[in-house]
Formats: sequence, C-alpha cells, structure tokens
Amino acid sequence: MLYREAGDFSTTYSQDSQTFPIRFDRWRYYVVLFVAVFVIPFMINDYWVNSIFMPFLIYSIAAIGLNILVGYCGQVSLGTGGFMAVGAYACYKLMTAFPDVSMFIHVLLAGGITAAVGVLFGLPSLRIKGFYLAVATLAAQFFLVWLFNRVSWFYNYSASGQINAPERDTFGILITGPNTEAWATYLFCLIFTVFSAVVARNLTRGSVGRGWMAIRDMDIAAEIIGVNPLRAKLTAFAVSSFFVGISGALFFAVYLGAVEVGEAFGITKSFLVLFMIIIGGLGSIFGSFAGAAFLVLLPVALKVVGVDWLGWPTDIVAHLNLVIVGGLIVIFLIVEPHGLAQLWRLAKEKLRLWPFPH
Amino acid sequence: MPEQFLWTIEVFLNGLMAGVLYALVALGFVLIYKASGIFNFAQGVMALFAAMTLYGIMNGQVPFAHLINAVFGTEVHYFGWNLPAILSIVLTMVVMILLAWLVQRYIFRYLVGQEPIILFMATIGLAYFLEGVGDLMWGSDIKTLDVGLPQGINLWIDETTFNAFGYGFFIDNLDIVASIVAALLVAGLVIFAQYTKQGRAMRAVADDHQAALSVGVSLNFIWILVWSLAGFVALVAGIMWGAKSGVQFSLSLIALKALPVLMLGGFTSIPGAIVGGLIIGVGEKLFEFLIGAPYLGGATENWFAYMLALLFLVFRPQGLFGEKIIERV
Repeated sequence: MLYREAGDFSTTYSQDSQTFPIRFDRWRYYVVLFVAVFVIPFMINDYWVNSIFMPFLIYSIAAIGLNILVGYCGQVSLGTGGFMAVGAYACYKLMTAFPDVSMFIHVLLAGGITAAVGVLFGLPSLRIKGFYLAVATLAAQFFLVWLFNRVSWFYNYSASGQINAPERDTFGILITGPNTEAWATYLFCLIFTVFSAVVARNLTRGSVGRGWMAIRDMDIAAEIIGVNPLRAKLTAFAVSSFFVGISGALFFAVYLGAVEVGEAFGITKSFLVLFMIIIGGLGSIFGSFAGAAFLVLLPVALKVVGVDWLGWPTDIVAHLNLVIVGGLIVIFLIVEPHGLAQLWRLAKEKLRLWPFPH
Repeated sequence: MPEQFLWTIEVFLNGLMAGVLYALVALGFVLIYKASGIFNFAQGVMALFAAMTLYGIMNGQVPFAHLINAVFGTEVHYFGWNLPAILSIVLTMVVMILLAWLVQRYIFRYLVGQEPIILFMATIGLAYFLEGVGDLMWGSDIKTLDVGLPQGINLWIDETTFNAFGYGFFIDNLDIVASIVAALLVAGLVIFAQYTKQGRAMRAVADDHQAALSVGVSLNFIWILVWSLAGFVALVAGIMWGAKSGVQFSLSLIALKALPVLMLGGFTSIPGAIVGGLIIGVGEKLFEFLIGAPYLGGATENWFAYMLALLFLVFRPQGLFGEKIIERV
C-alpha cells in the first residue's frame, strides 16, 4: 500500500512537476516537517540538541553544499573546512560590528561572503579538473586557516586568538551566547536547514542544476550542447560555498560558541563532510541528510555502546570510530557507490510493488 | 650584506634536505600511480603505520594490547624483548607486504576500471581505516623512533664553513643520511625497473594494462608488487620522518605535502618527484625566510607549497616532467 502512484492523477503542469509527485511521499514529507517543527522542540533538552540535533542540522547544510559541488557538478573539493571558517569569521565580524542586526541577516550575509571567496578559489577549476582541482582546493583550505590564525583583525585582536560568539538575539529570543534555550537554537538551525534543502532541491531540478550535471557527466559534450562551463562551474562554487558558509556560521555562532580555527575547521572537517556525501550518496539531497545523520550518530552510538555499556576507554572507541568510518567508505564505494540514498531508492521501488512483486 | 647571503644559502641547503624527504613520500605516490592509475592518498598513513609497526616490533609491544585489555580485562603490554633494528625492519617489511596483498585482494580488485576520483576517495577511506588500525594496534601516543641513525649538527661542515666564510652552517646529520638513502633508493628503483624481469613487467603494466595482460603479465602480481614497493618507500620515509620529528599523526599530513610535489613534478615521473620535492622544500624554506617570517607573520610553510602548485597548475597542468594531457572526445 506504500508508495503507490495508482490513482494519483496530475491535472496541471505544476502538479506534474512538483518535488514529491507521489501522494504518500508528499504526506511523509509534511509529517516529518510537522514533527520537526511542532513536536521535537517541546521534547528536547540541551544534551539532545548539542550532541545530536544541532550537529546533524548544521552538517546537513554543509553536506548539501558540498554535494552540489561534488555530487552535482563533479568538482572535487577538499576545502570545505576552510570555507566553513570563512563563514564563521564573516559571521563573527558582522556580529561584533553590527550588534543590533538580526542573526538571520548575519548568517545569510556570512554565506554570501563565503560564496564570493568560493568563486575566487573556484577560478582554477576552469583550467584543471579531477584531483588536480582537489589539490587547488587544498590550497584554499590551508591558506584560509593560516589567514584566520595570523591576521589578528579577523579575531578582533583578542589575546587568545579565539573567536567567541557574543550574545545576539533574533525577534527578542537569544540565539547565541551561553544563556540560550535548547528549542531556540534548534529551531534557528532547522529554519536554515529547511531553507537550504528547498533551495538546493529546486536549483538542481532546474536549468542551472541540469547544467551542473551535464558538466559533471562530460564537460566537453556539455560545452558542445551549449552549457557555458564558466557559468556552470562558478555558480556551483558560489552556491556550494554559500551553503557551506551558512553552516560554518551556525557551527561557530550557535553550536560551539567559541572557536579556534585550526582545531574546528581543519582538514579533518573537510574530509568529514566529504565522507558524509560519499556514504549518503553523491548527487542526492536526501543523501546529504542521510550521510550527515549517519556520521553524527555513529560516534554517539559507539560512545554509548563502547564507553557507557562496555566500559572501554574513550581513546579505543575513538580509534574504532576511525576504523569503521574508513572501512565503510571503502565498502560503500565498492558495493553501493551511490550511497544510502540509493538504498532508500531501492527500498521505495520494492515498497511500490509490495506485496506482489511480479 | 654577506651575512644575510650566507644565511640564505644555509636556508637553501636545509630546504634541499627537507625536499628530499618530501620527494621520498612523493616517490611512493608515483610508483602506484604509474602502475595502476590509483592516486594513493594513504601513502602518508602507510608511512605512519610502517613507523609505528617498526617501533612496536622493536620494543616488543603486544599488538592491540589496549583493545585486548579492555575486552578481556587483562594487563598485557609488552612481550618483554627488544629486537635489533635490522631484524625489526625486515619484519616490518613483511607486514607491509601483507598489507599490500590485503589492499589489493580486498579493495582494489573490486574497483578496477572505476573512475580515478572514485579510486582516490577509496584511498582516503583506506587512509582513515589504516590510521585507526595503527592506533588500535600500537597506541596513539607520540613515539621516538631510534634505529641508530646519526642525529644532531654535523660538526665537520660547521667547522669547514666557519673556516671558509667565518660562519658555520647548521646541517643536521640526519638530513644528510636521508639524502644519501633517498639517492640510493631512487637508484635502486631505477635499476629494478630497467634491468629486472619484474621491473620490465611493471613498466609494461604502466604503459598499457591490456597489452601487458595479453603477453602474459599477471596484473594482480604486479599490483601487489607495486603496493609492496610503495610500502617499502613508506617504511623508509617513516623511519626518516620518525627519527626527525617523532612518530605521530602529523606524519600522515606529509602525504598532503606530497600532492603539490607531484603537481610540480608530474604524476608519472620518478625524476619529477625528486625535482618537485626539492623545489617545494627549497621554495617554502626560502619563502618563509625571506618573505614569510619578516612580512607575513610566519608559518607560511603550511600553505606555500599548495599555492605554488596552484600557480603552476594554471600555467602548466602536466607538471615539469609529466606526459602532456591530451583530451579526446
């Protein structure tokens, strides 16, 4: 009875081209949204928000951003950490320079600044590709982290070299700083996550996204059928960096509150987000969520099982985590290169025909 | 200013020595890339793993001691022996060959014919896996590896240059040893590739997989051989870096430094890896000394290599010695 399109007739073009054409799918989406907005905020406490929901929401945004670049446009980037740092520092400078402006605007502006930086570092992609480009983005990663470490203007000349989020609110509700409520920060991140997902989904369905995918599948052929590679690649870098910048800003301002750039936005962060989209599924918005959820939950689950139940030392669990993540990456690339999203798709196919598969 | 000039020369020489070590890691990359088209990101972690294993075997550590203790509540840590360095190196090499076989048998056999970028990501996964296994096996504390290599300032060079210029150059003995070892290693590899049967087969595979297959070269064997060779190079690099700055996680970041080296030298050229390594080593030391430290606040070594590679890529994407990249539709 699940995922049946029988009896689901489209009578207008807009019905035919909606994001979730199957009624059951659409309702599932509304239910998830309803639960996320009206149920979860009343049930959560600080522990749940800080260890599960907020990292999940924020990494989802970063994963969506990177997925646009890597999964949809085929330009491998190892500079995600650096771009997240740009978002964080832009947000910090804006927060301290304009204390009265709403956090919404700060975060969006931080995303915009990151987009500009992303375009700048995306310029080499017009001449090089594949892992040559990956190395070029590594340059961005290391250069940006170094920049934020060395130029004291970025951290307002503070002695420790850290940046600390001051208390800021939006519509009178505290969003950043030490005295926030769990539901407020959760909802704030949720709004940006939903916004990113909707924008990304619709961009990738439209002509821009088709241009990206054409470039990914074969750039020369795409050029011949009239996709402008300059525009496609640079818009991919811009949109991707915009989302990554937003996630960086949220990661710093709402989630951590205080950040040391080399530690929070180092190369390991770039790999973490890359792993999310590999495990979740390249070229899929749902995959970005699945991957983020998986890699956020895995360490938490391991910690609960290993440290709390079995009583192992934490360092062993941390190492096991590395082994499992690395192993999973390899297994996914061998067995299911399209990630969790493909498993989900297969499950839906099966459900459509169930219980009479023939 | 003669003093400034002498300092610059000293920095230049030290840069050359550092470059040799970069070149060592880059060499491992080139070997695997030539033979199988896999861009092995895990090369740095392999160096780390090799150095950890060597240390563990030398000091008689029990592998997975922490895990065993945690699971069974025992208290085992050491076998209670200390092996001589040579024997430990041989045993470590056995472990690296075993690793090469496992990697080939259980990972890359299933990924033959995939896109290069997929293979690259698989090696990133492998790098994480190996790092975790290494930490589980031998513990993640920083170890000082001592296999009896000379260390400290070379007094002879110091005295000679002091007598000649009135300023003694500081050059580490270890760097000199590393350079000699690297030179021997490259010479050995070239001789192996040119004059032995397996070496010829290796070059044949690098030229054309299918043609090599059709004249009876076993691809599987060659790939295991190449991964073992890369493991050997990683072991040498691990010993050198381990003696220089301790066996620790940052060792695996050297692999990232090897990427720009390859960009400069070209992915397919062994001399390119050497020259690229030297250019990067000298370039970043000189840049730090002349521009970075006085004007930019120091620590430019972190990104200089990547920026140089970036500039290089824009103007000459195939590197100094690489084969020209031709695109066909």
